[in-house]
Amino acid sequence: MNAIENVSTRRKFLKGVFSAGAFVVASRVLPESAFAQDPAVRTRAQSAPLSPSVYLGVDPDGTVFIVTHRSEMGTGIRTSLPMVAADELEADWSRVRIEQGLGDTRYGDQNTDGSRSVRDFYDAFRRAGAAARTMLVSAAAAQWSVPAAECFAQNHEIVHRPSNRRLAFGALVPAAARLPVPQPATLVFKPKSEWKFVGKERPTYDLNDITTGKAPFGLDVYRDGMVFASIEHPPVIGGTIRSVDDKEALKVSGVQQTVNLDAPKPPLMFQPLGGVAVIANSTWAAFQGRKKLKIEWIDGPHGTFESEAFKRELIRTVSQPAKVVRNLGNVDAEFAKGGKVIEATYSTPLAAHAAMEPPAAVAEFRNGKAEIWAPTQNPQAVQETVGAALGIDKKDVTCHVTLLGGGFGRKSKPDYAAEAAVLSKKLGKPVKVIWTREDDIRFDYYHATAAVYHKAALDSRGKPTAWLHRSAFPPIASTFDHTARYPLGFELDLGLVDVPFDVPNIRAENGPADAHVRIGWFRAVTNNFHVFAYASFADELAHAAGRDPLEYLLEMLGPGKVLDLKSQGVDYSNYGVPIDKYPIDTKRLRRVLEVAGEKSGWAKAKSGGGKGFGIAAHRSFNTYIASVVQVEVDSRGQFKVPRIDQVVDAGVIINPDRVRSQMEGSAVMGVGLARTGEITAANGRIRQSNFHDFQVARMADAPFQVNVHFVDSGELPTGCGEPGMPPVIAALGNALFAATGKRVRELPLSKQKLV
Amino acid sequence: MVTLNVNGTARSFSGDEEMPLLWFLRDDLRLTGTRFGCGLGVCGACTVHVDGQAVRSCQTQMRTLQNKRVTTIEGLSADGNHPVQSAWRTVNVPQCGYCQSGQIMQASALLTKTPKPTDADIDSSMSGNVCRCGTYQRIRAAIHIAAANGGAR
Repeated sequence: MNAIENVSTRRKFLKGVFSAGAFVVASRVLPESAFAQDPAVRTRAQSAPLSPSVYLGVDPDGTVFIVTHRSEMGTGIRTSLPMVAADELEADWSRVRIEQGLGDTRYGDQNTDGSRSVRDFYDAFRRAGAAARTMLVSAAAAQWSVPAAECFAQNHEIVHRPSNRRLAFGALVPAAARLPVPQPATLVFKPKSEWKFVGKERPTYDLNDITTGKAPFGLDVYRDGMVFASIEHPPVIGGTIRSVDDKEALKVSGVQQTVNLDAPKPPLMFQPLGGVAVIANSTWAAFQGRKKLKIEWIDGPHGTFESEAFKRELIRTVSQPAKVVRNLGNVDAEFAKGGKVIEATYSTPLAAHAAMEPPAAVAEFRNGKAEIWAPTQNPQAVQETVGAALGIDKKDVTCHVTLLGGGFGRKSKPDYAAEAAVLSKKLGKPVKVIWTREDDIRFDYYHATAAVYHKAALDSRGKPTAWLHRSAFPPIASTFDHTARYPLGFELDLGLVDVPFDVPNIRAENGPADAHVRIGWFRAVTNNFHVFAYASFADELAHAAGRDPLEYLLEMLGPGKVLDLKSQGVDYSNYGVPIDKYPIDTKRLRRVLEVAGEKSGWAKAKSGGGKGFGIAAHRSFNTYIASVVQVEVDSRGQFKVPRIDQVVDAGVIINPDRVRSQMEGSAVMGVGLARTGEITAANGRIRQSNFHDFQVARMADAPFQVNVHFVDSGELPTGCGEPGMPPVIAALGNALFAATGKRVRELPLSKQKLV
Repeated sequence: MVTLNVNGTARSFSGDEEMPLLWFLRDDLRLTGTRFGCGLGVCGACTVHVDGQAVRSCQTQMRTLQNKRVTTIEGLSADGNHPVQSAWRTVNVPQCGYCQSGQIMQASALLTKTPKPTDADIDSSMSGNVCRCGTYQRIRAAIHIAAANGGAR
C-alpha cells in the first residue's frame, strides 16, 4: 500500500535519489559494503599498519585513528560513534584522533539524516574496535607464547592475566598487522558491565575548537586563487531569465564578471536553481554587485502560487474521502451507528530550516576532476550531483566534509555544492558560493505545509470505537518526480499510519497535493504535523470525556502490545530497520508516559488561570518519547514555557549528554516552530527573508528549562536527533488549551488569538 | 585608509569603507571564528568587541573603526581559557557550534558590564543571539558559572 503505486516510477525515483535523505524506504549500501568503489587510501586510519576496518587504524606509536563518516551538524555523532569503537578496543581516549571521512561508498551510507547514524553503524564501530583488540591480543599472546584466552586489553595495553605482563598497543602493532582480520562472526564483544565510554557522558571532540573559534565550517574554507560568488536565483521556483543588465554590477569595485546559470529541468532534485552569479574578489563585493543586477524573469507555472489559497485547498482535500493507506475493521459501519462523533481539522504552514550557517561550498575543478569542500549531510550525494552537473564520473569528485553550522535536513540536498562546481568549471579557478540568509529562507527545500482531518466515534465513556484520519501535504516525492502528487510510503509512515491507539476500527487516508516550492525533509519530517494533529485530537477527546489527559492516553493505548500494521494493509518502512528487531511496542510508549507523569508532577499539576500542563507521546525514529509542556499565558495572549519534561526510551544510549542536548534542542525548536514557524508565498515568491520575519526561538521565548529523563530499556539503540520534536509541538497545544480553554488547530501560534 | 587594532595587532584597510567589519575579519584577516549568520544584525553570530563593547560586525562599517580596538573570539584570551570559554566547556554548551563565537563574545561583554547577572539580565542581553540548535538553557547556566568564576575579567 505504498502511495506511489506505479512501480517503474518509484524505481526511477529511488535510482535517481541514490541513498537520499529520509528516503528510509530506499535500500542502503551496507556498512563495509562489497560495493566499494574507490580503493584509494585516504585516511590515516587506513594507512596505519593495523587497520582492520575502514573506520579504524592503529599506528606503531599507539595513536588510534577513528574515521567518522557521518556529518557533524550538532548531534555529537563525530564523538559518539568513535566512543563505541574506542570502548571495544579498550583505547585510552586521549590517544584517539578522529578523522572526518571523505565522501566514499566504502563507508556505507553517509547521508546523515533520519536519525540513523547510531542505529545503522553501532555494530560496525563495535566490530572495528573488537577486531583491532582481538588482533592485538593475539599478537601479545604469540609474543609471550601463552594462550590468547589468558590475555585481555585494558586502557591501551594488552595484559597477561596470570603473570601481569603488559605490552602497549603501539608496540604490538607491527605483529598484529600481520595477522588476518577476524571474521565478524568470531568477534567477542565486551559485556555491558565493562563498558567504559558507552553510556558515560563525554564532551564533544570539537568542544575546544568551537569555543576558541577554530572549528572549520563550510564558510571558512579558502583556497589559493579563489573567487567569491553570490547568486541571484529566479524568485519563483522553475523560473528563468528573460534578460540581464549587469552594467552597474560590473562597476562595483572587486566584481569581476557575471555568469548566467542554466535553468534546471524538472524534476529539480538537487540541481542548481539557475539565475545569475556575480563573481568577485571578496564576499562583500559579490553581495554589492548582486544588488546592482537588473534582471527580468519569466516566472513559469509556479508564479501563481499563493500559500493562503493553497492552505484552503489542502483543508478541502482532507474534507473528502481520499486514498486509504491503513485499514482496521470498519469505521464507516461504526460511524453509521449514529453515536457521538467528534471531528476536527488541523493545519500547519510551510517552514524553513534556517540553520545558522547558510548554504556555502567551495569547488575546485581541475583536469577533469572536482574537489569540493562543503558543510553537507551527504557527501556521496555531493559526488553524484556534482558529477551529473559537470558531466564527469562521480568517482572524479572528491568531497571534503566540514563541520556543519546546523543542518536539520537542509544540507542533505547539495544544490549549493553543485553551483560552486559549475562555476569553478566555467571560470577555471576555485570558487566559493555563499548563500545569504535571504537566499536560504527563500530557496529552501521547505518543511511541507499540511492539513489533517480527524473524526472519532465515541462510546458512552468517551472512548473511541472508530478513528478516521486523513492528511494532505505537498510531498517530498515531488522534489524527485515533479508529477508526484502523493507521498512516498515513508512520508505516511511518520505519524499517519502508525497512530498507536488501541481502537477496534481505524482508517488512515491521504489526499493529493501539488508542490509549488521545493519540499524536503525537515527535522522529524511529516511526524511534526501528523503528531500535532493526532495528539491534539486525542487531548480533545480526553477533555470531551471529562478525563485526565494522561489517564485517557494510557487507556487509549490499552495494556500495551506490538502493533501489527501489516495485517492492516501497511507496508511500514519503520525508519529503515526491520520491524521484528524494532517493533512498534506500545508498552514502551506507556512506560514513557508513566515516567513523564511522575517526573513532571502531573498528578499535582493544576491547570487554569493562565497556567497549563499538556502531554503527548509518540514513537518516531524507533524512539519512544513523552513530553510534558508547561505554559503561562498572560492577559494579552502571550505565552511563556517555563518547563518541559522529555522522557526518552532510545534503547542503549552512547553519550547521554548529547542525547540530552538533542532533546533540549528539539524542545526549543518545537516550541519555536509552533510559535512562529511560518513561510508564506504570494505570486510564487516567498514573503519571508531573514530572522526578523521568519522568527525562530530566542533565549527569552524558548523553554526556560528542559528536563530530560531516560528510561533504561536495554534495547537496541535508536534515533535521537529528531524524535524529540513532534510530541513537544502537540503537548504545547494541549498545554495552551489547559491554560486558556482555547483549542489551537492551526499553526503558527503567533497568528492565533489565545485569549 | 582605516587603521585599527585587531586582537592586539595593528591593521590597516584601504578598500570600500562601507564594507562591514565582518568581511574584513573573515576574507582579509582569515579570522573565521566570527560567523556570518544574517547580514542584518538580527542573529548575533558575528558579535565581536569594539573598544570592549559587543557589536554586530556585519553592521559595523570599516569607516567607523579608525583607531578602534577590535577583539574577536580568537583574541578573547591568550590561552582560550577566558572564564566564559571555560564555563562553556564545563556545561558542553555547543551543539553545531556555529553561533557560539558570537554567544561567547556577547556573554563576556555582558559580564564586563554586569558581573553577577540575573536570569532576566541574561535573557535580555542574550536574546539578540540566535542558536538554532537551542542551547539557550546551557548558555544561561554557563554564564552563571562564568560569573561565579570571575567572568568579568
